Amino acid sequence: MGLETVLFLLLAVGAVLTALLVVTSPSPIGSALYLVGTMFCLAGLYVLLAAPFLAAIQVIVYAGAIIVLLLFVIMLLNLRRIEETLPRFWRIAGLFVAGFTLLALFMAIVRGSSVLPDMPALPTGFGKVKGLGEILFGKYLYAFEATSVLLLAAMIGAVALVRKTGGEGKDGR
Amino acid sequence: MAVELSHYLLLSAVLFGIGTLGVLTRKNLIIILMSVELMLNAVNLSFIALARHAADQEAQVIVFFVLCVAAAEVAVGLAVLISIWRKRGTMNVDALSALRG
Repeated sequence: MGLETVLFLLLAVGAVLTALLVVTSPSPIGSALYLVGTMFCLAGLYVLLAAPFLAAIQVIVYAGAIIVLLLFVIMLLNLRRIEETLPRFWRIAGLFVAGFTLLALFMAIVRGSSVLPDMPALPTGFGKVKGLGEILFGKYLYAFEATSVLLLAAMIGAVALVRKTGGEGKDGR
Repeated sequence: MAVELSHYLLLSAVLFGIGTLGVLTRKNLIIILMSVELMLNAVNLSFIALARHAADQEAQVIVFFVLCVAAAEVAVGLAVLISIWRKRGTMNVDALSALRG
């Protein structure tokens, strides 16, 4: 087994284990910390797939910004574990639906794997900042500008949603 | 054994399934939000694997946009969550049935 295979197996097992812990952990803080682990494993896989810039972005944006935001809210609201009163029937139904989704994806991938392309040789600079920047600011310039409007709208929306509206009677706290 | 495209796609499918399981079986709104993030990341992984195997950088640019949308989604989602907490004092999805017909 080559180094790439060993790294892939380690990172894949790490990602799946931490992802399982995210959805089974009883406390939200535990979930958020395991999610950091998943993000780091995925960043490692991105490096294996010749996407070093996106790996860096993954660590900075997800582990650095999104998870910190989630943890901040969890601690601000002082969330403790919530009793999960899901009836057994619905729990099994959820498991069944998730399993069915997984099975359908597996079938599609296994049946299609014969027509999947082999690994081609990559041009130099693949996945680096220069190449991505040229596409981002060339072909996808309008989409990029639209993203900035989206982020502005999200920011204004977030501020408007959590702003305390003093006069309205319903919002007592 | 060499790592092939289908291995990455299968890993992506497993992560997506785990995320689906979290969305369907958990009751805590914050954990549901994290499961949605997990599903978005699973899709990102298959985009990057396909970019590597088609030797095309455009798929990596799409991942960049997905990251932007995920950041916006988390910001608005957490704001909604905080205002629900202020009004209802709960994070349990069962308590939020105001829109039920």
